[in-house]
Amino acid sequence: MNLTLKVWRQKNAKAKGALETYKLNDVSEHSSFLEMLDMLNEQLINEGNEPVAFDHDCREGICGMCSLYINGEAHGPDRAVTTCQLHMRMFKDGDTIYIEPWRAKALPVIKDLIVDRSALERIQHAGGYISVNTSGNTQDANAIPIRKSDADKAMDAASCIGCGACVATCKNSSAMLFVAAKVSQFSYLPQGQVERKERVLNMVHQMDKEGFGNCTNTGACEVECPKGISLEFIARMNREYFGASIVAEN
Amino acid sequence: MSKLDSKIPEGPLKDKWTNYKDHIDVVNPANKRNIDVIVVGTGLAGGSAAASLAEMGYNVKAFCYQDSPRRAHSIAAQGGINAAKNYQNDGDSVYRLFYDTVKGGDYRAREANVYRLAEVSANIIDQCVAQGVPFARDYGGLLDNRSFGGVLVSRTFYAKGQTGQQLLLGAYSAMNRQIAKGKIAMHNRHEMLDLVIVDGKARGIIARNMITGEIERHSAHAVVIASGGYGNVFYLSTNAMGSNASAAWKIHKKGAYFANACYTQIHPTCIPRSGEHQSKLTLMSESLRNDGRIWVPKKLEDVKAIREKKIKPVQIAEQDRDYYLERRYPAYGNLVPRDVASRAAKERCDAGYGVNATGEAVFLDFATAIERYGKEKAMVSGIENPSKEKITELGEAVIEAKYGNLFQMYEKIVNENPYKTPMMIYPAVHYAMGGIWVDYNLMTTIPGCYAAGEANFSDHGANRLGASALMQGLADGYFVLPYTIGAYLAKEIRTGKIPTNTPEFDAAEKGVREQLEKLINNKGKKSVDYFHKKLGKVMWDNVGMSRNAAGLKKAMDEIAQIREEFWKDVFVPGEMNELNPELEKATRVADFLEFGEFFAVDALHRNESCGGHFREESVEMDGEQEGEAKRDDVNFRYVAAWEYTGNPREAILHKEELTFNDIELKQRSYK
Ligand SMILES: Cc1cc2nc3c(=O)[nH]c(=O)nc-3n(C[C@H](O)[C@H](O)[C@H](O)COP(=O)(O)OP(=O)(O)OC[C@H]3O[C@@H](n4cnc5c(N)ncnc54)[C@H](O)[C@@H]3O)c2cc1C
Ligand code: SF4
Ligand code: FES
Repeated sequence: MNLTLKVWRQKNAKAKGALETYKLNDVSEHSSFLEMLDMLNEQLINEGNEPVAFDHDCREGICGMCSLYINGEAHGPDRAVTTCQLHMRMFKDGDTIYIEPWRAKALPVIKDLIVDRSALERIQHAGGYISVNTSGNTQDANAIPIRKSDADKAMDAASCIGCGACVATCKNSSAMLFVAAKVSQFSYLPQGQVERKERVLNMVHQMDKEGFGNCTNTGACEVECPKGISLEFIARMNREYFGASIVAEN
Repeated sequence: MSKLDSKIPEGPLKDKWTNYKDHIDVVNPANKRNIDVIVVGTGLAGGSAAASLAEMGYNVKAFCYQDSPRRAHSIAAQGGINAAKNYQNDGDSVYRLFYDTVKGGDYRAREANVYRLAEVSANIIDQCVAQGVPFARDYGGLLDNRSFGGVLVSRTFYAKGQTGQQLLLGAYSAMNRQIAKGKIAMHNRHEMLDLVIVDGKARGIIARNMITGEIERHSAHAVVIASGGYGNVFYLSTNAMGSNASAAWKIHKKGAYFANACYTQIHPTCIPRSGEHQSKLTLMSESLRNDGRIWVPKKLEDVKAIREKKIKPVQIAEQDRDYYLERRYPAYGNLVPRDVASRAAKERCDAGYGVNATGEAVFLDFATAIERYGKEKAMVSGIENPSKEKITELGEAVIEAKYGNLFQMYEKIVNENPYKTPMMIYPAVHYAMGGIWVDYNLMTTIPGCYAAGEANFSDHGANRLGASALMQGLADGYFVLPYTIGAYLAKEIRTGKIPTNTPEFDAAEKGVREQLEKLINNKGKKSVDYFHKKLGKVMWDNVGMSRNAAGLKKAMDEIAQIREEFWKDVFVPGEMNELNPELEKATRVADFLEFGEFFAVDALHRNESCGGHFREESVEMDGEQEGEAKRDDVNFRYVAAWEYTGNPREAILHKEELTFNDIELKQRSYK
């Protein structure tokens, strides 16, 4: 198929960016979206131009490295997939495709389609862990049985890949879904109970400090999240936060 | 440095590690504060090492090329992690795990290391559960297990089809706690480009800040390389796009011996290539072989009709199908080890029976399993005389519960519904058993330089069993390295901070700058990918699943030629002092172009068939095993550790003889 691509080009964080138009022909419908971009880059390089910079690594939907806002949707038009899992068969011959970076104050552009997600890292530093040292004599893994339904819920929450699509898609640029996923995972597990209150307070505090917006329950994040992280977890985190704040005030 | 000293402790196998730990030198907590350790890589091995070393009190500087430690390729591991917990009470034990690993590795691993691995395996599961890793559980709330190929017990722990992700997020959380405390200085989007050696000891690295392009000097009292595997030398593999051999190759060029490069695992069940645009291959977990049957048509006219889409696979009658694994290996059937399954698929496709347009695909069929599960389910649900449709419906639900995420992944990529038509699969490069040679302490032949995880030549011999790499990475990082590195660092407590304004750092930085400038200023005509693809094709055709002397020699010459052409004609756009993905790729491919030739040298010298390394010259000529791989214990029962001399082809071979006191050497038979 033959395509017209409108791609965001931006030299660096300080430069002003703009959409550039490229024509790309003979794209196989079996190729992935990123393989289509590889083709574009090969074409640009052969013409002596600078290729488009974009983030990617595993190309199988698990590392969370790829991003991209495609035709106004985080990770493109397909559901429950990352950009790297998106296939060209979702598009038609003659299509014009808009390709832009995540846009959010807390996730500034570094170059072209690559953004800086270190704000998400700092939220994890603030409390995304259980304080246990490495030692060869931790208690036996089966010492505390965990209800299967709780373990499964924890697993669902833990599936977040930290891609940032939820932030990019939210009109308030809120990181609630991302933070709620981690807070919820630990809240379902007995091991997570000791630090439960400090965790939610610290992570939410850091999120606010980084300049992410407030959650107004639009639900857009859940729709675009490639891993189907549920809004239920945001509700759970709100309860956790409320409970912890009351205790903190006393 | 002529003789290799593996430093295996004295004493009976089962007491070695305990005795050794009891007598090892330790660094007191106050002194640890004055000691710096660099960890390159934040996958399971590097992430767990960094977190543990920081907890102990060392100052850790960690590096990864992604924008977060959480994105290391360990994240992609699907199936699970082994541990000798014997929770299923099926007779598992430390010895059995040790035995299975040595046998599975075709008797080319070091006994003492493998035993230690099996010993600490149980601690890994305890540690991960304490960190909040949500492993799968049964209805009683206890941990669940599944089984993997090549073994007779159920010892694999898993978290859906995302075990690697959950284990890595566990190590990542442990790192985050230390980052918050300031004990780990995390350098994301940084790539190590060389090792710095001062007075014969590893004392630091040169790294490039991938955002600004700045070249940085980092010093430490010890350097740990945990940079993952080198499968991408084949261009197409199940590795991540950025996975590379550079850190390992750079330390090799500085004096670390490289071992057993030819032991590479080709995984039998991956989604086949669909065309020239292909950038990577996707794994379909080995667990699928528990329920899937592998076949190709018996008749070439059926093959042709399928390729031309004139008939559908389901239309081929049972008697016209060749379930070739069941035919050739009645005892193990579809569950033969990976190397055997891969070669058998290649054999059928080479004979013209491949079922897709490229001729490189076989079927993995779930119809039998769906029917069997459907009938079982109908029975337990009390449905009498269920219709065929009802059975299929019930059976598909069972398959979905087991493998739903894999089936979804397959459907997204191939656009076919694997519940209704068999999957198409083909072998792909997956895992590197070979790597940097290390002694019992995980120290390389450069004092103070350690290697962990897939980057070292590891505990898997010539072939790794499923679910053992995650175990090894975490064993190295949580439980082995933190002890053994202390023995070395105990002698460094008076050294003081290592300065970076020394001639050694100057020289290393200069070398790095010169190479980068050369690449940028080359202004040739061809892209980096052009050369990488070309290298990959030579590797796959001659150094892939089946190797012979003529092909290997040809590959060596061709690779040397591609390398020459690369340095003449590569075009790297952009500048050094900015984010430049083409420059990053170029440095990695430059190293692959040396490494690939060296790989062929190792494969050529090993004139035996063994695990993942199959030499056409070394097969059984008669009897029941006719045509199967023939190991040669008389001439090749050693680790091949190579010393760099300036030219990959002229590496010098050092042999570490392998002795087996606690296991009897046997021919592997799966007939
Ligand atoms: C698709 C897939 C599925 C798998 N499934 C399983 C399974 O079910 N069970 C199992 O046991 N094993 C499995 N394996 C194997 C296992 O996942 C890997 O062997 C293991 O995770 C490797 O861990 P590692 O820490 O050594 O390296 P990696 O996780 O690859 O980490 C490498 C690290 O090094 C960094 N790095 C590399 N080069 C540089 C450099 N020059 N400078 C700075 N940083 C650098 C990277 O950024 C990264 O942080 C699977 C492998 C794949 C590819
Ligand atoms: S919650 Fe979903 S969209 Fe947000 S970072 Fe996690 S995986 Fe990405
Ligand atoms: S590249 Fe890893 S999730 Fe897309």
